[in-house]
Amino acid sequence: MTFIAKFLSVLALSLTVLAPFLFALGKLGEASMKGALVVGAIMWFAAAPRWFQSTD
Amino acid sequence: MAEADNGVAQEYEHERVPDSAQKGASSFWGMYAGEHTAGTEFMIGPLFVAWGASAFDLIVGLLLGNLFAVLTWRYLTAEIAVGRRMTLYYQLERICGRRVTLLYSFFNGVLFCFLAGAMVTVSATAVGVPFGDRIKMPQFTDTLPTGMVWIGLCVVIGAVMTVVAVKGYGFVARVSHIAAPWMFCVFVACGLSVLGKLESFDLVSLMSPAPGTEPKIGFWGVVAFSWFCNAAMHLGMSDLSILRYARHPRYGWASAAGMYLGHYVAWICAALLLVYWVRDYGVDPQAGAAPGPMVFDAVGWAGLLCVLVAGWTTANPTIYRAGLAFQGVMPSITRAKATILAGGVCTIASIFPAFAMKLLDFVGIYGTILAPIGAVIFVDYFLADRFGLVKEPAVAVAQSGDATVLMAWLIPVSVAMWFYLRQGVAPFFLPLPCWVACGLIYLGLRKTNRPMTGDDRESQKL
Repeated sequence: MTFIAKFLSVLALSLTVLAPFLFALGKLGEASMKGALVVGAIMWFAAAPRWFQSTD
Repeated sequence: MAEADNGVAQEYEHERVPDSAQKGASSFWGMYAGEHTAGTEFMIGPLFVAWGASAFDLIVGLLLGNLFAVLTWRYLTAEIAVGRRMTLYYQLERICGRRVTLLYSFFNGVLFCFLAGAMVTVSATAVGVPFGDRIKMPQFTDTLPTGMVWIGLCVVIGAVMTVVAVKGYGFVARVSHIAAPWMFCVFVACGLSVLGKLESFDLVSLMSPAPGTEPKIGFWGVVAFSWFCNAAMHLGMSDLSILRYARHPRYGWASAAGMYLGHYVAWICAALLLVYWVRDYGVDPQAGAAPGPMVFDAVGWAGLLCVLVAGWTTANPTIYRAGLAFQGVMPSITRAKATILAGGVCTIASIFPAFAMKLLDFVGIYGTILAPIGAVIFVDYFLADRFGLVKEPAVAVAQSGDATVLMAWLIPVSVAMWFYLRQGVAPFFLPLPCWVACGLIYLGLRKTNRPMTGDDRESQKL
Protein backbone atom coordinates (compact mmCIF):
# COMPACT_ATOMS: atom_id res chain seq x y z
CA MET A 1 0.00 0.00 0.00
CA THR A 2 2.81 2.38 0.96
CA PHE A 3 4.61 1.58 -2.29
CA ILE A 4 1.51 2.47 -4.32
CA ALA A 5 1.04 5.69 -2.31
CA LYS A 6 4.68 6.66 -2.91
CA PHE A 7 4.39 5.86 -6.60
CA LEU A 8 1.23 7.99 -6.91
CA SER A 9 2.89 10.84 -5.00
CA VAL A 10 5.88 10.88 -7.34
CA LEU A 11 3.48 10.73 -10.27
CA ALA A 12 1.49 13.66 -8.86
CA LEU A 13 4.57 15.87 -8.47
CA SER A 14 5.85 14.85 -11.91
CA LEU A 15 2.49 15.78 -13.40
CA THR A 16 2.54 19.13 -11.59
CA VAL A 17 5.87 20.04 -13.19
CA LEU A 18 5.68 18.17 -16.51
CA ALA A 19 2.28 19.54 -17.60
CA PRO A 20 3.38 23.22 -17.51
CA PHE A 21 6.73 22.22 -19.04
CA LEU A 22 4.94 20.63 -22.00
CA PHE A 23 2.71 23.71 -22.17
CA ALA A 24 5.81 25.91 -22.29
CA LEU A 25 7.13 23.79 -25.18
CA GLY A 26 3.80 24.20 -26.97
CA LYS A 27 3.01 20.47 -26.74
CA LEU A 28 0.00 20.83 -24.42
CA GLY A 29 -2.95 23.23 -24.38
CA GLU A 30 -3.57 25.65 -21.52
CA ALA A 31 -6.84 24.03 -20.39
CA SER A 32 -5.25 20.56 -20.38
CA MET A 33 -2.27 21.87 -18.42
CA LYS A 34 -4.53 23.42 -15.78
CA GLY A 35 -6.63 20.25 -15.63
CA ALA A 36 -3.50 18.13 -15.15
CA LEU A 37 -2.45 20.37 -12.26
CA VAL A 38 -5.79 19.83 -10.53
CA VAL A 39 -5.43 16.06 -11.00
CA GLY A 40 -1.86 16.30 -9.65
CA ALA A 41 -3.09 18.20 -6.57
CA ILE A 42 -5.84 15.65 -5.84
CA MET A 43 -3.42 12.74 -6.32
CA TRP A 44 -0.80 14.32 -4.05
CA PHE A 45 -3.18 15.06 -1.18
CA ALA A 46 -4.76 11.61 -1.51
CA ALA A 47 -1.51 9.65 -1.63
CA ALA A 48 1.16 11.61 0.27
CA PRO A 49 -0.49 11.51 3.75
CA ARG A 50 -0.37 7.71 3.66
CA TRP A 51 3.39 7.38 3.35
CA PHE A 52 4.30 10.66 5.10
CA GLN A 53 2.39 9.18 8.05
CA SER A 54 4.38 5.96 7.94
CA THR A 55 7.75 7.73 7.89
CA ASP A 56 7.04 10.50 10.48
CA MET B 1 11.20 16.74 19.28
CA ALA B 2 8.40 15.95 21.71
CA GLU B 3 5.09 17.31 20.55
CA ALA B 4 1.98 18.11 22.53
CA ASP B 5 -1.60 17.88 21.22
CA ASN B 6 -1.30 21.11 19.33
CA GLY B 7 1.70 19.92 17.41
CA VAL B 8 4.09 22.37 18.98
CA ALA B 9 7.25 21.34 20.74
CA GLN B 10 6.60 22.18 24.37
CA GLU B 11 9.27 20.31 26.23
CA TYR B 12 12.69 21.44 27.38
CA GLU B 13 11.61 25.10 27.42
CA HIS B 14 13.64 25.69 30.60
CA GLU B 15 16.36 23.08 30.25
CA ARG B 16 18.91 21.78 27.77
CA VAL B 17 17.58 19.40 25.14
CA PRO B 18 18.75 15.91 26.22
CA ASP B 19 20.66 13.64 23.82
CA SER B 20 17.65 11.31 23.51
CA ALA B 21 15.48 14.12 22.04
CA GLN B 22 17.93 15.14 19.33
CA LYS B 23 16.89 14.69 15.70
CA GLY B 24 18.53 13.62 12.47
CA ALA B 25 19.50 15.90 9.59
CA SER B 26 16.53 15.00 7.35
CA SER B 27 14.06 16.60 9.79
CA PHE B 28 15.83 19.93 9.39
CA TRP B 29 16.10 19.78 5.60
CA GLY B 30 12.35 19.08 5.37
CA MET B 31 11.42 21.70 7.95
CA TYR B 32 13.45 24.48 6.30
CA ALA B 33 12.19 23.61 2.80
CA GLY B 34 8.58 23.76 4.01
CA GLU B 35 8.82 26.84 6.21
CA HIS B 36 10.38 29.01 3.51
CA THR B 37 7.93 28.10 0.75
CA ALA B 38 5.16 30.29 2.14
CA GLY B 39 2.31 32.37 0.78
CA THR B 40 4.36 35.53 1.12
CA GLU B 41 6.81 34.22 -1.51
CA PHE B 42 4.06 34.99 -4.03
CA MET B 43 4.34 38.65 -2.98
CA ILE B 44 8.11 39.03 -2.74
CA GLY B 45 8.99 37.90 -6.28
CA PRO B 46 6.60 40.36 -7.97
CA LEU B 47 7.70 43.16 -5.60
CA PHE B 48 11.27 42.79 -6.93
CA VAL B 49 9.86 43.34 -10.44
CA ALA B 50 7.88 46.36 -9.21
CA TRP B 51 11.08 47.79 -7.74
CA GLY B 52 12.82 47.47 -11.10
CA ALA B 53 15.40 44.81 -10.16
CA SER B 54 17.34 43.65 -13.23
CA ALA B 55 17.69 40.00 -14.25
CA PHE B 56 21.36 39.92 -13.19
CA ASP B 57 20.55 41.52 -9.82
CA LEU B 58 17.87 38.93 -9.16
CA ILE B 59 19.59 35.80 -10.44
CA VAL B 60 23.08 36.51 -9.04
CA GLY B 61 22.07 38.76 -6.12
CA LEU B 62 19.68 36.18 -4.71
CA LEU B 63 22.30 33.46 -5.17
CA LEU B 64 24.84 35.45 -3.12
CA GLY B 65 22.44 36.81 -0.48
CA ASN B 66 20.98 33.39 0.20
CA LEU B 67 24.51 31.97 0.50
CA PHE B 68 25.30 34.56 3.19
CA ALA B 69 22.06 33.66 4.96
CA VAL B 70 22.93 29.94 4.93
CA LEU B 71 26.45 30.66 6.23
CA THR B 72 24.97 32.78 9.04
CA TRP B 73 22.63 29.95 10.02
CA ARG B 74 25.44 27.41 9.87
CA TYR B 75 28.28 29.24 11.64
CA LEU B 76 26.39 31.45 14.11
CA THR B 77 22.93 30.11 14.90
CA ALA B 78 23.63 26.37 14.66
CA GLU B 79 26.91 26.64 16.62
CA ILE B 80 25.21 28.40 19.53
CA ALA B 81 22.07 26.24 19.30
CA VAL B 82 24.04 23.00 19.56
CA GLY B 83 26.46 24.43 22.14
CA ARG B 84 23.75 25.62 24.52
CA ARG B 85 20.64 23.63 23.41
CA MET B 86 18.18 26.22 24.76
CA THR B 87 15.29 28.20 23.30
CA LEU B 88 15.93 31.84 22.45
CA TYR B 89 13.66 32.95 25.32
CA TYR B 90 15.37 30.82 27.94
CA GLN B 91 18.78 31.86 26.66
CA LEU B 92 17.80 35.53 26.84
CA GLU B 93 16.39 35.07 30.33
CA ARG B 94 19.73 33.65 31.48
CA ILE B 95 21.69 36.53 29.94
CA CYS B 96 19.53 39.60 30.49
CA GLY B 97 16.84 38.62 32.95
CA ARG B 98 13.11 38.24 32.72
CA ARG B 99 12.06 41.86 32.15
CA VAL B 100 14.10 42.36 28.97
CA THR B 101 12.92 38.97 27.73
CA LEU B 102 9.31 40.08 28.27
CA LEU B 103 9.90 43.28 26.29
CA TYR B 104 11.43 41.22 23.48
CA SER B 105 8.43 38.83 23.62
CA PHE B 106 6.05 41.79 23.28
CA PHE B 107 7.80 43.18 20.17
CA ASN B 108 8.08 39.67 18.77
CA GLY B 109 4.36 39.01 19.34
CA VAL B 110 3.23 42.24 17.70
CA LEU B 111 5.51 41.76 14.67
CA PHE B 112 4.37 38.13 14.36
CA CYS B 113 0.77 39.41 14.20
CA PHE B 114 1.60 41.82 11.38
CA LEU B 115 3.47 39.08 9.50
CA ALA B 116 0.53 36.69 9.91
CA GLY B 117 -1.73 39.54 8.74
CA ALA B 118 0.28 39.78 5.51
CA MET B 119 -0.19 36.02 5.01
CA VAL B 120 -3.96 36.34 5.54
CA THR B 121 -3.98 39.17 2.97
CA VAL B 122 -2.25 36.90 0.43
CA SER B 123 -4.76 34.10 1.13
CA ALA B 124 -7.64 36.58 0.73
CA THR B 125 -6.45 37.43 -2.79
CA ALA B 126 -6.88 33.74 -3.65
CA VAL B 127 -10.25 33.27 -1.95
CA GLY B 128 -11.47 36.48 -3.59
CA VAL B 129 -10.86 35.29 -7.18
CA PRO B 130 -14.26 33.52 -7.52
CA PHE B 131 -15.97 36.75 -6.39
CA GLY B 132 -14.92 38.35 -9.68
CA ASP B 133 -15.69 42.06 -10.01
CA ARG B 134 -17.56 42.17 -6.70
CA ILE B 135 -14.22 42.50 -4.93
CA LYS B 136 -11.47 45.02 -5.65
CA MET B 137 -8.14 43.29 -5.21
CA PRO B 138 -5.42 45.42 -3.58
CA GLN B 139 -2.45 46.64 -5.62
CA PHE B 140 1.11 47.33 -4.45
CA THR B 141 0.20 50.98 -3.98
CA ASP B 142 -2.77 50.23 -1.71
CA THR B 143 -2.35 50.67 2.02
CA LEU B 144 -6.01 50.97 3.07
CA PRO B 145 -8.85 48.41 2.67
CA THR B 146 -10.25 48.33 -0.86
CA GLY B 147 -13.91 47.93 0.16
CA MET B 148 -16.42 46.20 2.39
CA VAL B 149 -16.23 42.85 0.56
CA TRP B 150 -12.45 42.83 1.03
CA ILE B 151 -12.83 43.63 4.75
CA GLY B 152 -15.45 40.87 5.14
CA LEU B 153 -13.24 38.35 3.38
CA CYS B 154 -10.20 39.14 5.55
CA VAL B 155 -12.30 39.03 8.75
CA VAL B 156 -13.73 35.61 7.84
CA ILE B 157 -10.33 34.13 6.91
CA GLY B 158 -8.65 35.70 9.97
CA ALA B 159 -11.41 34.39 12.26
CA VAL B 160 -11.18 30.85 10.85
CA MET B 161 -7.38 30.85 11.24
CA THR B 162 -7.68 32.16 14.80
CA VAL B 163 -10.20 29.46 15.77
CA VAL B 164 -7.94 26.77 14.32
CA ALA B 165 -4.95 28.23 16.17
CA VAL B 166 -6.92 28.28 19.45
CA LYS B 167 -7.99 24.67 19.00
CA GLY B 168 -4.38 23.71 18.36
CA TYR B 169 -2.74 23.64 14.99
CA GLY B 170 -1.45 20.08 14.94
CA PHE B 171 -3.60 19.38 11.89
CA VAL B 172 -2.34 22.51 10.11
CA ALA B 173 1.26 21.62 10.92
CA ARG B 174 0.67 18.23 9.34
CA VAL B 175 -1.00 19.73 6.24
CA SER B 176 1.94 22.12 5.95
CA HIS B 177 4.42 19.24 6.16
CA ILE B 178 2.57 17.25 3.50
CA ALA B 179 1.85 20.20 1.21
CA ALA B 180 5.41 21.61 1.10
CA PRO B 181 6.79 19.51 -1.83
CA TRP B 182 3.62 20.05 -3.83
CA MET B 183 3.61 23.80 -3.17
CA PHE B 184 7.18 24.08 -4.41
CA CYS B 185 6.20 22.24 -7.61
CA VAL B 186 3.28 24.67 -8.10
CA PHE B 187 5.72 27.61 -7.84
CA VAL B 188 7.80 25.95 -10.57
CA ALA B 189 4.61 25.30 -12.57
CA CYS B 190 3.76 29.02 -12.37
CA GLY B 191 7.18 29.92 -13.78
CA LEU B 192 6.97 27.35 -16.59
CA SER B 193 3.41 28.32 -17.49
CA VAL B 194 4.36 31.98 -17.75
CA LEU B 195 7.39 31.12 -19.91
CA GLY B 196 4.99 29.24 -22.20
CA LYS B 197 2.62 32.18 -22.37
CA LEU B 198 5.51 34.55 -23.10
CA GLU B 199 6.86 32.05 -25.68
CA SER B 200 10.41 32.48 -24.45
CA PHE B 201 12.87 30.77 -22.13
CA ASP B 202 15.23 33.76 -22.13
CA LEU B 203 15.00 34.70 -18.44
CA VAL B 204 17.54 37.51 -18.71
CA SER B 205 15.63 39.25 -21.47
CA LEU B 206 12.20 38.65 -19.90
CA MET B 207 13.17 39.93 -16.47
CA SER B 208 14.95 43.06 -17.68
CA PRO B 209 13.00 46.16 -16.62
CA ALA B 210 11.54 48.32 -19.38
CA PRO B 211 13.88 51.05 -20.67
CA GLY B 212 13.60 54.22 -18.62
CA THR B 213 12.54 52.38 -15.46
CA GLU B 214 14.10 53.94 -12.38
CA PRO B 215 15.21 50.97 -10.23
CA LYS B 216 14.41 51.22 -6.50
CA ILE B 217 16.64 48.27 -5.69
CA GLY B 218 20.04 47.25 -7.08
CA PHE B 219 22.37 44.29 -6.82
CA TRP B 220 23.43 44.92 -3.21
CA GLY B 221 19.83 45.65 -2.26
CA VAL B 222 18.80 42.22 -3.52
CA VAL B 223 21.77 40.64 -1.70
CA ALA B 224 20.91 42.46 1.54
CA PHE B 225 17.22 41.63 1.30
CA SER B 226 17.74 37.93 0.70
CA TRP B 227 20.35 37.79 3.47
CA PHE B 228 18.35 39.69 6.07
CA CYS B 229 14.70 38.93 5.31
CA ASN B 230 15.04 36.20 7.94
CA ALA B 231 17.52 38.15 10.08
CA ALA B 232 15.37 37.61 13.18
CA MET B 233 15.76 33.86 12.68
CA HIS B 234 19.51 33.59 12.05
CA LEU B 235 21.29 36.73 13.33
CA GLY B 236 18.48 37.25 15.85
CA MET B 237 18.82 33.63 17.03
CA SER B 238 15.10 32.86 16.90
CA ASP B 239 16.02 29.53 15.28
CA LEU B 240 17.91 28.46 18.41
CA SER B 241 14.53 27.01 19.35
CA ILE B 242 14.65 24.71 16.31
CA LEU B 243 18.34 23.97 15.88
CA ARG B 244 18.83 23.10 19.58
CA TYR B 245 17.52 19.65 18.59
CA ALA B 246 20.29 19.18 15.98
CA ARG B 247 22.92 16.53 16.72
CA HIS B 248 25.66 18.59 15.04
CA PRO B 249 26.07 22.24 14.02
CA ARG B 250 26.53 21.13 10.40
CA TYR B 251 22.75 20.59 10.31
CA GLY B 252 22.62 24.36 9.90
CA TRP B 253 23.37 23.69 6.23
CA ALA B 254 19.73 22.49 6.01
CA SER B 255 18.70 26.15 5.80
CA ALA B 256 19.98 25.95 2.19
CA ALA B 257 16.82 23.97 1.33
CA GLY B 258 14.64 26.88 2.39
CA MET B 259 16.84 29.52 0.82
CA TYR B 260 17.43 27.95 -2.58
CA LEU B 261 14.00 26.35 -3.08
CA GLY B 262 11.82 28.99 -1.41
CA HIS B 263 13.89 32.17 -1.61
CA TYR B 264 15.48 31.53 -4.99
CA VAL B 265 13.47 29.29 -7.32
CA ALA B 266 10.06 30.26 -5.85
CA TRP B 267 10.83 34.01 -5.82
CA ILE B 268 12.02 33.97 -9.43
CA CYS B 269 8.97 31.95 -10.53
CA ALA B 270 6.68 34.35 -8.65
CA ALA B 271 8.47 37.33 -10.21
CA LEU B 272 7.74 35.91 -13.67
CA LEU B 273 4.01 36.11 -12.90
CA LEU B 274 4.13 39.90 -12.76
CA VAL B 275 6.52 40.07 -15.73
CA TYR B 276 3.80 38.35 -17.78
CA TRP B 277 1.03 40.64 -16.54
CA VAL B 278 3.14 43.70 -17.30
CA ARG B 279 3.99 42.51 -20.82
CA ASP B 280 0.68 40.99 -21.89
CA TYR B 281 -1.96 42.78 -19.82
CA GLY B 282 -0.18 46.14 -19.69
CA VAL B 283 -0.26 46.26 -15.88
CA ASP B 284 1.76 49.09 -14.38
CA PRO B 285 4.68 47.32 -12.61
CA GLN B 286 4.63 49.94 -9.84
CA ALA B 287 0.97 49.17 -9.10
CA GLY B 288 1.44 45.42 -9.61
CA ALA B 289 -1.35 42.88 -9.21
CA ALA B 290 -2.63 40.68 -6.39
CA PRO B 291 -1.07 37.20 -6.25
CA GLY B 292 -4.38 35.28 -6.33
CA PRO B 293 -5.52 36.41 -9.79
CA MET B 294 -1.99 36.13 -11.24
CA VAL B 295 -1.57 32.54 -10.03
CA PHE B 296 -5.09 31.58 -11.15
CA ASP B 297 -4.35 32.98 -14.59
CA ALA B 298 -1.09 31.01 -14.81
CA VAL B 299 -2.02 27.58 -13.43
CA GLY B 300 -5.75 27.62 -12.60
CA TRP B 301 -7.51 26.17 -9.56
CA ALA B 302 -4.48 24.21 -8.33
CA GLY B 303 -2.65 27.54 -8.08
CA LEU B 304 -5.44 29.11 -6.03
CA LEU B 305 -5.36 26.12 -3.70
CA CYS B 306 -1.59 26.57 -3.39
CA VAL B 307 -1.88 30.29 -2.49
CA LEU B 308 -4.56 29.48 0.10
CA VAL B 309 -2.69 26.54 1.63
CA ALA B 310 0.64 28.41 1.60
CA GLY B 311 -0.94 31.40 3.37
CA TRP B 312 -2.93 29.29 5.81
CA THR B 313 -0.18 26.90 6.85
CA THR B 314 2.24 29.72 7.58
CA ALA B 315 -0.21 32.21 9.13
CA ASN B 316 -1.57 29.69 11.59
CA PRO B 317 1.64 28.81 13.43
CA THR B 318 2.57 32.49 13.34
CA ILE B 319 -0.68 33.42 15.13
CA TYR B 320 -0.06 30.61 17.59
CA ARG B 321 3.51 31.79 18.29
CA ALA B 322 2.30 35.39 18.68
CA GLY B 323 -0.25 34.10 21.23
CA LEU B 324 2.53 32.36 23.14
CA ALA B 325 4.60 35.56 23.11
CA PHE B 326 1.62 37.56 24.47
CA GLN B 327 1.02 34.94 27.11
CA GLY B 328 4.64 35.27 28.15
CA VAL B 329 4.08 39.01 28.63
CA MET B 330 0.74 38.52 30.44
CA PRO B 331 1.03 35.17 32.24
CA SER B 332 -2.36 35.65 33.95
CA ILE B 333 -4.35 35.18 30.71
CA THR B 334 -4.97 31.72 29.27
CA ARG B 335 -3.22 30.56 26.12
CA ALA B 336 -6.59 30.52 24.30
CA LYS B 337 -7.27 34.16 25.18
CA ALA B 338 -3.73 35.16 24.20
CA THR B 339 -4.18 33.41 20.83
CA ILE B 340 -7.53 35.14 20.28
CA LEU B 341 -5.84 38.48 21.04
CA ALA B 342 -3.07 37.66 18.55
CA GLY B 343 -5.62 36.50 15.95
CA GLY B 344 -7.59 39.72 16.42
CA VAL B 345 -4.54 41.92 15.86
CA CYS B 346 -3.55 39.75 12.86
CA THR B 347 -7.04 40.01 11.34
CA ILE B 348 -7.11 43.80 11.73
CA ALA B 349 -3.63 43.97 10.14
CA SER B 350 -4.77 41.75 7.24
CA ILE B 351 -7.54 44.20 6.32
CA PHE B 352 -4.86 46.78 5.55
CA PRO B 353 -2.95 45.62 2.45
CA ALA B 354 0.02 47.78 3.53
CA PHE B 355 1.70 44.91 5.40
CA ALA B 356 1.60 42.55 2.40
CA MET B 357 2.11 45.15 -0.31
CA LYS B 358 5.08 46.75 1.51
CA LEU B 359 6.48 43.37 2.49
CA LEU B 360 10.04 44.20 1.39
CA ASP B 361 10.05 47.13 3.84
CA PHE B 362 8.20 45.23 6.55
CA VAL B 363 10.55 42.25 6.75
CA GLY B 364 13.50 44.67 6.85
CA ILE B 365 11.96 46.51 9.83
CA TYR B 366 11.12 43.17 11.43
CA GLY B 367 14.78 42.11 11.22
CA THR B 368 16.07 45.52 12.32
CA ILE B 369 14.01 45.43 15.53
CA LEU B 370 14.47 41.79 16.51
CA ALA B 371 17.84 40.69 15.12
CA PRO B 372 20.14 42.88 17.28
CA ILE B 373 19.23 40.98 20.45
CA GLY B 374 21.00 37.99 18.86
CA ALA B 375 24.28 39.91 19.09
CA VAL B 376 23.97 39.82 22.89
CA ILE B 377 23.79 36.02 22.74
CA PHE B 378 26.70 35.98 20.27
CA VAL B 379 28.88 38.03 22.64
CA ASP B 380 27.88 35.88 25.60
CA TYR B 381 28.66 32.64 23.77
CA PHE B 382 31.73 33.47 21.68
CA LEU B 383 33.40 36.47 23.32
CA ALA B 384 32.66 36.39 27.06
CA ASP B 385 35.68 34.23 27.95
CA ARG B 386 38.04 36.18 25.71
CA PHE B 387 37.05 39.53 27.31
CA GLY B 388 36.82 38.21 30.86
CA LEU B 389 33.05 38.63 31.15
CA VAL B 390 30.67 36.62 33.28
CA LYS B 391 28.70 34.21 31.07
CA GLU B 392 24.91 34.23 31.40
CA PRO B 393 25.09 37.09 33.94
CA ALA B 394 21.41 37.01 34.88
CA VAL B 395 21.94 33.52 36.28
CA ALA B 396 25.23 34.45 37.92
CA VAL B 397 23.85 37.52 39.72
CA ALA B 398 20.15 36.51 39.83
CA GLN B 399 18.82 39.77 38.40
CA SER B 400 15.46 40.21 36.67
CA GLY B 401 16.25 43.24 34.50
CA ASP B 402 19.34 44.43 32.70
CA ALA B 403 19.69 48.05 31.55
CA THR B 404 22.93 47.13 29.73
CA VAL B 405 21.13 44.83 27.28
CA LEU B 406 18.24 47.26 26.97
CA MET B 407 20.58 50.12 25.98
CA ALA B 408 22.64 47.92 23.66
CA TRP B 409 19.43 46.81 21.92
CA LEU B 410 17.32 49.95 21.78
CA ILE B 411 19.98 52.59 20.94
CA PRO B 412 21.01 51.04 17.57
CA VAL B 413 17.38 50.23 16.75
CA SER B 414 16.32 53.85 17.44
CA VAL B 415 19.15 55.18 15.27
CA ALA B 416 18.24 52.70 12.51
CA MET B 417 14.58 53.77 12.62
CA TRP B 418 15.72 57.38 12.27
CA PHE B 419 17.73 56.44 9.17
CA TYR B 420 14.70 54.60 7.76
CA LEU B 421 12.04 57.20 8.54
CA ARG B 422 14.04 60.43 8.07
CA GLN B 423 16.82 59.52 5.64
CA GLY B 424 14.91 57.03 3.51
CA VAL B 425 17.46 54.23 3.94
CA ALA B 426 15.94 50.91 2.80
CA PRO B 427 15.25 48.88 5.98
CA PHE B 428 16.84 45.66 4.69
CA PHE B 429 20.25 47.38 4.88
CA LEU B 430 19.82 48.05 8.60
CA PRO B 431 19.78 44.68 10.46
CA LEU B 432 23.54 44.01 10.10
CA PRO B 433 24.80 47.44 11.28
CA CYS B 434 22.27 47.29 14.13
CA TRP B 435 23.42 43.80 15.09
CA VAL B 436 27.11 44.79 15.06
CA ALA B 437 26.40 48.01 17.01
CA CYS B 438 24.32 46.13 19.57
CA GLY B 439 27.12 43.59 20.08
CA LEU B 440 29.79 46.29 20.46
CA ILE B 441 27.71 48.42 22.85
CA TYR B 442 26.84 45.37 24.93
CA LEU B 443 30.50 44.30 25.04
CA GLY B 444 31.66 47.82 25.99
CA LEU B 445 29.01 48.34 28.67
CA ARG B 446 29.49 44.88 30.11
CA LYS B 447 33.26 45.39 30.23
CA THR B 448 32.97 48.71 32.07
CA ASN B 449 29.98 47.73 34.22
CA ARG B 450 30.72 44.17 35.16
CA PRO B 451 27.95 42.56 37.27
CA MET B 452 29.04 41.21 40.63
CA THR B 453 28.78 37.47 41.05
CA GLY B 454 28.56 35.65 44.38
CA ASP B 455 32.34 35.08 44.28
CA ASP B 456 32.96 38.81 43.77
CA ARG B 457 30.83 39.66 46.82
CA GLU B 458 32.71 37.12 48.90
CA SER B 459 36.11 38.50 47.88
CA GLN B 460 34.88 42.08 48.60
CA LYS B 461 33.88 41.05 52.13
CA LEU B 462 37.35 39.60 52.66
